[in-house]
Amino acid sequence: MDFDLTEEQRLLKDSVDRLLADAYGFDARKRIVASEGGVSPAVWAQFAELGLLGLPFSEEQGGFGGGPVETMLVMEAFGRALVVEPYLATVILGGGLIRHAGSAAQQAAILPAVAAGERRLAFAHAERQARYDLFDVATTARPDGEGWVLDGQKGLVLHGDGADTLIVSARTAGATRDLTGLGLFLVDASAPGVSRRGYPTQDGQRAAEVTLTGVRVGPDAVLGDPKGALPAIERVVDEAIAALCAEAVGAMEASLQSTVEYLKTRQQFGTPIGAFQVLQHRSAEMVVALEQARSMAMLAAMMATAPDARERRAAVSGAKAQIGRSARFIGQQSVQLHGGVGVTMEYQIGHYFKRLTMIDTLFGDADHHLGLTADAGGLINS
Amino acid sequence: MDLRFTDKELAFRDEVRAFFKQALPPQIRNRITSGHHPTKDDLVTWQRILNAKGWAVPHWPAEWGGTDWTPVEQYIFQEEMQLAPAPQPLPFGVNMVAPVIYTFGSEAQKRRFLPRIANIDDWWCQGFSEPGAGSDLASLKTRAERQGDCFVVNGQKTWTTLAQHADWIFCLVRTDPAAKKQMGISFLLIDMKTPGVTVCPIQTIDGGHEVNEVFFDDVRVPVENLVGEENRGWDYAKFLLGNERVGIARVGVSKERIRRIKQLAAVEMSGGRPLIEDRRFREKLAAVEIELKALEITQMRVVAAEGRRERGKPDPASSVLKIKGSELQQATTELLMDVIGPYAMPYDPHSEEGSNEPPVGPDWAAMIAPNYFNTRKVSIYGGSNEIQKNIIAKAVLGL
Ligand SMILES: Cc1cc2nc3c(=O)[nH]c(=O)nc-3n(C[C@H](O)[C@H](O)[C@H](O)COP(=O)(O)OP(=O)(O)OC[C@H]3O[C@@H](n4cnc5c(N)ncnc54)[C@H](O)[C@@H]3O)c2cc1C
Repeated sequence: MDFDLTEEQRLLKDSVDRLLADAYGFDARKRIVASEGGVSPAVWAQFAELGLLGLPFSEEQGGFGGGPVETMLVMEAFGRALVVEPYLATVILGGGLIRHAGSAAQQAAILPAVAAGERRLAFAHAERQARYDLFDVATTARPDGEGWVLDGQKGLVLHGDGADTLIVSARTAGATRDLTGLGLFLVDASAPGVSRRGYPTQDGQRAAEVTLTGVRVGPDAVLGDPKGALPAIERVVDEAIAALCAEAVGAMEASLQSTVEYLKTRQQFGTPIGAFQVLQHRSAEMVVALEQARSMAMLAAMMATAPDARERRAAVSGAKAQIGRSARFIGQQSVQLHGGVGVTMEYQIGHYFKRLTMIDTLFGDADHHLGLTADAGGLINS
Repeated sequence: MDLRFTDKELAFRDEVRAFFKQALPPQIRNRITSGHHPTKDDLVTWQRILNAKGWAVPHWPAEWGGTDWTPVEQYIFQEEMQLAPAPQPLPFGVNMVAPVIYTFGSEAQKRRFLPRIANIDDWWCQGFSEPGAGSDLASLKTRAERQGDCFVVNGQKTWTTLAQHADWIFCLVRTDPAAKKQMGISFLLIDMKTPGVTVCPIQTIDGGHEVNEVFFDDVRVPVENLVGEENRGWDYAKFLLGNERVGIARVGVSKERIRRIKQLAAVEMSGGRPLIEDRRFREKLAAVEIELKALEITQMRVVAAEGRRERGKPDPASSVLKIKGSELQQATTELLMDVIGPYAMPYDPHSEEGSNEPPVGPDWAAMIAPNYFNTRKVSIYGGSNEIQKNIIAKAVLGL
């Protein structure tokens, strides 16, 4: 058992923290969110320079061979700084799909460009009727000569408006809720028949609705087995959930810290409000919730690469459920303990609350994952 | 003991319900149903419809336009208004400053202000809180100095709801800085058009503009705008805050939201079937409904006892209603988040104004997350839930 970071991991954490302290203060972030496109090309270039954009890719894939712990460290730092850049969309989801489902040629064609910050990816998967079921896909891919023709509607495509390449899930066989018959296709975002409607999300990030109308792709656009993509999708989504759990832990940590700071400085009744025992206990409960979340985020990180898919999915769902609950409590109480300023745009605390709320709805909320954990037989072996 | 309304009360309820159904403009109703804030025009329109009917200020004394309704009838009226759902009348005029004026004000003040409040010819806002005086309201610093026949006011108020529309503000101001905290405060009515009054917007986390800072820079207020006696303002403020008992829980608002949750959960799909068929969701919903039913009955108990209440005696009722009522308003906005699921995410800043572009998700989704965020305020304002618990523990339980 060892929860310590290696020397390299500590260096990585420090350099990410330093970069964000310089480039991603609350005011800088505000400007980025308000800018055209809603992300910062300059910061993205710095991420590339630091090696973050190829962190989880192997050296042959143009990356640095980082594992889930490295991703966890980066995402925690992003959570603390409320980073809105498309890291999850491009590196974890897009990069993950290409790593796990793509051929050597596809990896060589795409991953080095991603690592260099020259190419952005987005995973066009979710659909309106699917809610949180990963297999529920109505978009179709029809064989067309050597290639395929895609038709359908994708929604909530994270950073879909800024992506160069979309990875689209589509049904090559079967009915909308079948577990088999799913394929993954690389689609140029500017290809004829692709239309995108980008918009900001509640937490200052970006997403898009994507409509595919008779979009033609060649045979080299297929990632892996065109009829059996679900296991790869589940695997990559589990990695994304583990990353989001880490981000949430970073956001909760910063939210708690800033609340404690506020309790020490805000004066009412002639004393700092942190002197009121009820607020001390509330803060202590927030610490408990945070530590429970942190432990489950670690479990998710360590299990995200587990060979046994059933075991992996149960652990990741358990973590997501815990994160959802802790995040709701810490987010709400951070606002409450700030009083009126907690519900203003001007104060940072409300932005943590909003991001934490949105993390809960990403890839299944606490209730959904509670159900999956229960269906998997729980986490304690009998 | 009988939970049922009498035949007379039922007839009254039907009359109120029928009137609301016929008189509430559909576009106002739709705005409220879809979770939008009523606009200034909505509030004014609706208030005037009520006033024309003689129902604008049922709780006021008859000579100023009140009705002779019993507490139970008042309760029914309020509940039906929330269920309609109609805009809640702007509280600052009809529920806050008016009772202070008709109880402690001069005849001239009553004649000047009350009819205009009933018809919302004047828009009022509440200037109590300051940056340094929130929960500890009595530490307020805004200063009013007597100079001849004027008070000269300097200082700052904050969190002033809808001050951007206001014609008048009622303020607590410090008139005797030497006196003990609560003793040197007066209750002043200030015309917002007076030179030296500045309103600055505060944006809330949902992107809305409902609160403001209000600055006073050598604002000259005629002494005739002082309510009651100088340095007795704290007593009037306590009276004002104590008036909001029934209604504070907003049971009708939460009930209406539960109905909406059921409607939407019947069409929203989860696991390939309507969400409402999901047992886990139904149990979660039922748990909130049980609490809401309990609170409704608690509220009815308070209403029934209203006539027998001893004034000035600490009473847990207001605090219980405020705590549980705010928790349930928040719980129902959370349930709506559960209903919409991932489509809570798109942020549509134009949904308020009604833009030409169709919304990203279903048309009922745009306000769900903003309302969830915004509703965090209900456990903060009007005496935070922590302060309410202090009141129960100290004043009621004697701890
Ligand atoms: C949306 C909104 C609208 C408002 N509208 C108006 C308006 O129109 N007019 C107006 O005058 N005011 C208005 N208010 C102000 C509101 O009444 C204050 O926000 C409220 O009194 C809390 O004060 P505060 O924000 O300064 O928080 P603080 O008093 O600083 O409280 C911060 C935290 O400390 C806790 N706390 C404070 N004291 C104690 C204690 N003794 N024991 C335990 N916990 C404690 C609080 O519960 C809270 O969690 C509004 C506020 C909001 C958010």
